[in-house]
Amino acid sequence: MSDHSDVAKHVRGYLIIGGTLIIGTVLTVLASYIDLGHHWNIILALVIATAKASLVALFFMHLISEKQMIYTVLAFTAFFFIGLMFITIAAYNDFPALTTTR
Amino acid sequence: MEIPYTSQPRPDTGIYNAKVGIWLFLASEVMLFGALFSSYILLRVGAQVENWPHGLLNIPIGTFNTAVLIISSVTVVMAWASLKMKKFGHFKIYQAITVVCALAFLCIKSFEYHDKFVHYEVWKTDGTRMTGHIEGNPMFLTKAKVAAKGEDKIKFIADPHHYAESKMAGRDHSGEHKHYEIPLAEIKRLSAFVPAHSTYFAIYFTLTALHALHVLGGAIVIGFLFGPGSKMWFTDPERFTNRVEVSGLFWHFVDLVWIFLFPVLYLL
Repeated sequence: MSDHSDVAKHVRGYLIIGGTLIIGTVLTVLASYIDLGHHWNIILALVIATAKASLVALFFMHLISEKQMIYTVLAFTAFFFIGLMFITIAAYNDFPALTTTR
Repeated sequence: MEIPYTSQPRPDTGIYNAKVGIWLFLASEVMLFGALFSSYILLRVGAQVENWPHGLLNIPIGTFNTAVLIISSVTVVMAWASLKMKKFGHFKIYQAITVVCALAFLCIKSFEYHDKFVHYEVWKTDGTRMTGHIEGNPMFLTKAKVAAKGEDKIKFIADPHHYAESKMAGRDHSGEHKHYEIPLAEIKRLSAFVPAHSTYFAIYFTLTALHALHVLGGAIVIGFLFGPGSKMWFTDPERFTNRVEVSGLFWHFVDLVWIFLFPVLYLL
């Protein structure tokens, strides 16, 4: 996105996304006061956070229209990040007996 | 020798070199914060429920600080867009607002930290636990420090509820703040809400302090591009615009990390 007229067209979009992010923040706070059950509260908060983060990454960081090189770098990052979370979950499910308080 | 591809895209990648550089750096940052989030998850699921504090952080302040960062994310992208549209005056305004937002975020965070440093938990020898404040609002007191001052008791103003009562108890500020004089002999442990208090505060301070360092680093770079660094606009506008874009990408990443930190640490 380098053409000047293109940028001018996106300015209004940046403001709308900024407003949406603030609304998303308020929703996250309100949702935390509703008792949906512990796991569902966590899932809802993370879903809203992921949606907000996606807006930032796609539009503010221009990932919606980037070059292949950047996507390649991020594909590696995603692979290793998901791997890290997989190891985390595996560790959670592999607590030695008598040391867990679950 | 001139550094190649600072403003024009490199033919094989299609982008200027600094952009590849910042994305590689951000990839490493994802793994840094990812490792700390992973630590948070394991500490949390391994903690006893009564030892994992809930609701001790100030949610309105945290929400306001989130809004401050979001506004700064908008202004930083608007600053870049202004340069693309050749509006240098607008760039200056947006860049200045971004720096003000960054400093406001750090200022608010430091007040939050101070609130934790004067907020205490007392573990009594009879097994009861209370959170609250010590008269005079001293920072970082422990039982040993009180004893070293030659005092044999503390004057404690207790919070109406202890966080272990229920998930929402820490957020409930209704009720009476009772005043106690607790002899040191009845105190098993006394700790402010500092990293040594619990694994929760250890990971809270690690994550938020690391994030705050990123905010500070970003503010310095954005401040430089607002001030002395902006001279480049008059000699090499394309390269200057790219610098602003790269600093903006870092700033959005800082915002993105906070978007996850806020609910995880303040709300869940």
